[in-house]
Amino acid sequence: MRKQCRKSSGKRRSTWRSSLTPIAFMAPGLLGTVIFVLLPFADVIRRSFYASVVGTWRGFENYRVVFENSAFRKALQNTLRFELCCLPLLVILGFLAAYLLTRGRHPEPVKTLFLVPMAIPAVVVALVWKMVFGHGGFLGQLLNKPEGFMENPGAFGVLVFSYLWKNLGYTIVLWIAGIAALPSGMFEAARVDGAGETAILRKILLPNLKGVLYTITVLSFLNSFKVFREAYLVAGAYPQEDIYLLQHLFNNWFVRLEMDKLAAAAVCLGIVLFAVILLFRHFWDREEEL
Amino acid sequence: MKSIWEKIEFWVSWGFFLSAGILFCFPVVMILSGSLMSPQELLQHLETLLNNTEGTVSFSLLPFYPTGEHYVRLLLFTPQFYIVFFNSLKLTGCILLGQLLIAVPGAWALSVYRFPLRRQLFTMYVTLMLLPFQVTMLSRYLVLDRLGLMNTHWALILPAVFSTFPVFLIYRSFYGLPKELFEAARVDGAGEWKVFFHVGMPLASEGIFSAMVIGFLEYWNMIEEPLVFLENQTLWPLSLYFPELRPDNVGTSFAASVITLIPPLFVFLLGQDYLEQGIAASAIKQ
Repeated sequence: MRKQCRKSSGKRRSTWRSSLTPIAFMAPGLLGTVIFVLLPFADVIRRSFYASVVGTWRGFENYRVVFENSAFRKALQNTLRFELCCLPLLVILGFLAAYLLTRGRHPEPVKTLFLVPMAIPAVVVALVWKMVFGHGGFLGQLLNKPEGFMENPGAFGVLVFSYLWKNLGYTIVLWIAGIAALPSGMFEAARVDGAGETAILRKILLPNLKGVLYTITVLSFLNSFKVFREAYLVAGAYPQEDIYLLQHLFNNWFVRLEMDKLAAAAVCLGIVLFAVILLFRHFWDREEEL
Repeated sequence: MKSIWEKIEFWVSWGFFLSAGILFCFPVVMILSGSLMSPQELLQHLETLLNNTEGTVSFSLLPFYPTGEHYVRLLLFTPQFYIVFFNSLKLTGCILLGQLLIAVPGAWALSVYRFPLRRQLFTMYVTLMLLPFQVTMLSRYLVLDRLGLMNTHWALILPAVFSTFPVFLIYRSFYGLPKELFEAARVDGAGEWKVFFHVGMPLASEGIFSAMVIGFLEYWNMIEEPLVFLENQTLWPLSLYFPELRPDNVGTSFAASVITLIPPLFVFLLGQDYLEQGIAASAIKQ
């Protein structure tokens, strides 16, 4: 009897608590996020409807100007092309390498080597890339192209390479962690039942790795925007047109104080990213109770 | 007795991983050897880059006449270097401390408690985390200007402390913990704070630590924010120290690069185990 009473009062207490405590834990962070991220973004949305210096109401005029701007179109096209190229390449290559690694027995230092590119500062990387891909660089000597790769469409390949170089190791480690966490009993049972390696791969390994895939995809997407740093350091604010990304454009608009266009384009990008996240969530919602 | 296929797989994968290792690490080796080369040798190798002339770049793994003069010049005769180094340390340290205080409780609340709008809030956090700097830089500039924080280190520290990225990383660590543990602690009379601090945090410590390591690597290499928000060059971090490459400062640039490399590599090697365990824990727990 007494035990039942205690249980029911405990539940009531924790329901009351559970509406107050999360607020206590989240409040400082939320407040800061609102001040430093949300409120300003709201102001950017407001600004996207006005002219930058004069302050007159422009309605959707800024948006129209942005969409008709050829630099914006080119940057958008390049950024999309980069994302569609790199994300699948990174995720798949990472998986293949991780799969190979987990099948054999390899020493720990291999993993350390893979993570080194993440630790190298962007300035250092940029310097080396100039030496390898620039005008008169090593790759140019090897392939008999003295003008290098930064001033022709090959620059896109350099960008892709830079991204893969920096993030492949990290991706491999994530995949390995995911694969290693699966109970080996599953695989043993399948092998005993006579399943071949390909069948094991397709029917057991892959379906169980969906959670890892989600984390890897989100992180790789996040890191794909950071490639701007190396690009800027190697090729400057106005690089070869195939690697002129949205970030370059925004940066240049900012420097030239063309805030109205910047605001409109920023709002558009925010909307697109939000839609992408919703898409991700839709795919993974069935697996996770986020 | 290994089959022939197993032997082939072994050698192929060894070859693959060895070449991958070389590919990933060669920049470090190049910078290291470049920092020990005399200016004349550097000029000879890199003339075409530095003077923008026709020609080819060359390099060698071992300097012909190794010299420590760049390090001497940098560490003994360039006080600005110490200032920038200290700036980087200060910025990174303050940001990580702040993130610890703000993001960890936030991630705890999102993962452990059920409250209205929780999922929407989390979606918003993830979206905010993905916005590249260029999208928010205008708004940040406006807020920082209004708050009078432009041209101070706070302009970099405060927005980073409230970043939603560590919340995302640490969330997954807390999410995978068994709820029964918390219930047991509550039944034993622990208040919510105690549950968080004495039960939740220790269990998720690997994930928290790995988020800190990633954060260190991120903020040590911060470039866009200081460039835009810090006009005063004495406030600049190490990542912005590198001037335009000219024949007379190439060697010091290399030496400075090596020194810039050391803290991240150090943190990274120390934290590697935690990083992997934290990644594993946060990646697979659903």
